[in-house]
Amino acid sequence: MSEVGTATAADPQRRSPLHAEHVALGAAMTPFAGWSMPLRYSSDLAEHVAVRSAAGLFDLSHMGEIRVTGPDAARALDGALVGHLSAVGVGRARYTMICAPDGGVLDDLVLYRTAPDAYLVVANASNAAVVLDELTARAAGFDATVTDESAGTALVAVQGPRAAAIVASVTAPEDVDAVTALRYYAGLPATVAGVRALVARTGYTGEDGYELFVPAAAAAGLWRTLLGAGAPHGLVPVGLSARDSLRLEAGMPLYGNELDRTTTPYDAGLDRVVRLDKTGPDGAPLDFVGRAALAARAGAQPVRVLIGLRGLGRRAARHGYPVVRSTGAPVDVVGRVTSGAPSPTLGYPVALAYVAPDVAAAGTELAVDVRGRAEPVRVVGLPFYRRPDAVPVPVPVPVPVPDPRQETP
Amino acid sequence: MTQFPDHLQYTVEHEWLAEGSPVTFGITQTAAEALGELVYVELPAVGDAVTAGAVCGEVESTKSVSELFSPVTGTVVEVNEAAVDDPALVSSDPYGEGWLLRVDVTETGPLLTAEEYRARVEA
Repeated sequence: MSEVGTATAADPQRRSPLHAEHVALGAAMTPFAGWSMPLRYSSDLAEHVAVRSAAGLFDLSHMGEIRVTGPDAARALDGALVGHLSAVGVGRARYTMICAPDGGVLDDLVLYRTAPDAYLVVANASNAAVVLDELTARAAGFDATVTDESAGTALVAVQGPRAAAIVASVTAPEDVDAVTALRYYAGLPATVAGVRALVARTGYTGEDGYELFVPAAAAAGLWRTLLGAGAPHGLVPVGLSARDSLRLEAGMPLYGNELDRTTTPYDAGLDRVVRLDKTGPDGAPLDFVGRAALAARAGAQPVRVLIGLRGLGRRAARHGYPVVRSTGAPVDVVGRVTSGAPSPTLGYPVALAYVAPDVAAAGTELAVDVRGRAEPVRVVGLPFYRRPDAVPVPVPVPVPVPDPRQETP
Repeated sequence: MTQFPDHLQYTVEHEWLAEGSPVTFGITQTAAEALGELVYVELPAVGDAVTAGAVCGEVESTKSVSELFSPVTGTVVEVNEAAVDDPALVSSDPYGEGWLLRVDVTETGPLLTAEEYRARVEA
């Protein structure tokens, strides 16, 4: 048996502290970003539907957890990341990004401010080492300490309309009110299933729910308690396959698909995360890694835009497939699909794609080359799916930005 | 447990074939499990010609898509419309209700025994 979180010669994939739970549940395991993680427990569709209609339990222990502490932690993060992290209140969370000097995205992150001088940065598993190295380098010269807590931390998510009731049912009585009242993108310490956890109202499914950060040694107990308490509510364990279809319906980007080092936050329509206007306590503008490149990009004409596509046939567009004009010959490639699948909730195929700005308007009829045959699609607003009780927000208008590369993505 | 029924023959592309006139084929349990629960099956029409080793359709799950290769050359005489209407049948019962096509065969492509196929996928 290999040590938790450690790769061995016999098993080159790292294992979650919940590995034995997954095996006992009969999960199909898959290699993912150097980890062995559950792809599905029974059926992708059933797991997807459970999260939309009841609740799902996810093991996200492969994610990287990096602690940044010290009197200068906030200033160091303001200079290292594109967001205005010193302005984030204690107990609040923020979606942000770490960019290269050329403005390319190194990773998208969720950051929690746990104390005036302490933040928890959550990175994608595939980028955790890069993020750790970059934060360490970028914090040099500040009175701040960057610590990798990934190996000792488990992350478990409960997502779905029944998530709040399930988590409340296993939360210590003195913490129930605070956990129940927790707002979206907020987090606090609380005792859940007898385990002291950072409880955050965040997720990657488009549903209400919580993410629970706990010591690795306590993960199995928390997992079993949540499975037991959740079962009467319809909660099931959910693997990476349904996690991907859920986030796609919610229009959320996945690093490696919609985001990579050749992509800026503007390309992905995530202008709001880049705070070119952030200022220090003295009111002076704050510099950050990538600022000059991103400022130039923010004011220029775009080359590509991330949009949603609704499939009008039954065959789904998939990652990498060319987007073409629906009429005219020869075939005119106007973009490329970054993610696509048949949407279990909506009953038709959906896809995210980068396309040329002149075909990015909602309602535009295009086609995707699905293994040699043109399948009709229509540009639609994002997200594809919004949970029924969510406060409606205006459909985001794609904001075109320039791309220095010669090719259409 | 993944099943490899002895009375069937198999292809390296993970189709199974039941002898007869016409023959019946579908995808193996190994393929069905790897794909995840199917949501879409595309098959040729009755009367269409299929060619051994050539693509004759596709099967798609939320997670992935795979082409269907015909194990035989011949003419399609029956399509499992129940599987087209409810692709979950292919996932739940790949060797039974989830069969895909019946074909009048003029020529058979290379086939494996259950033992050979099992050795191949378990290698």
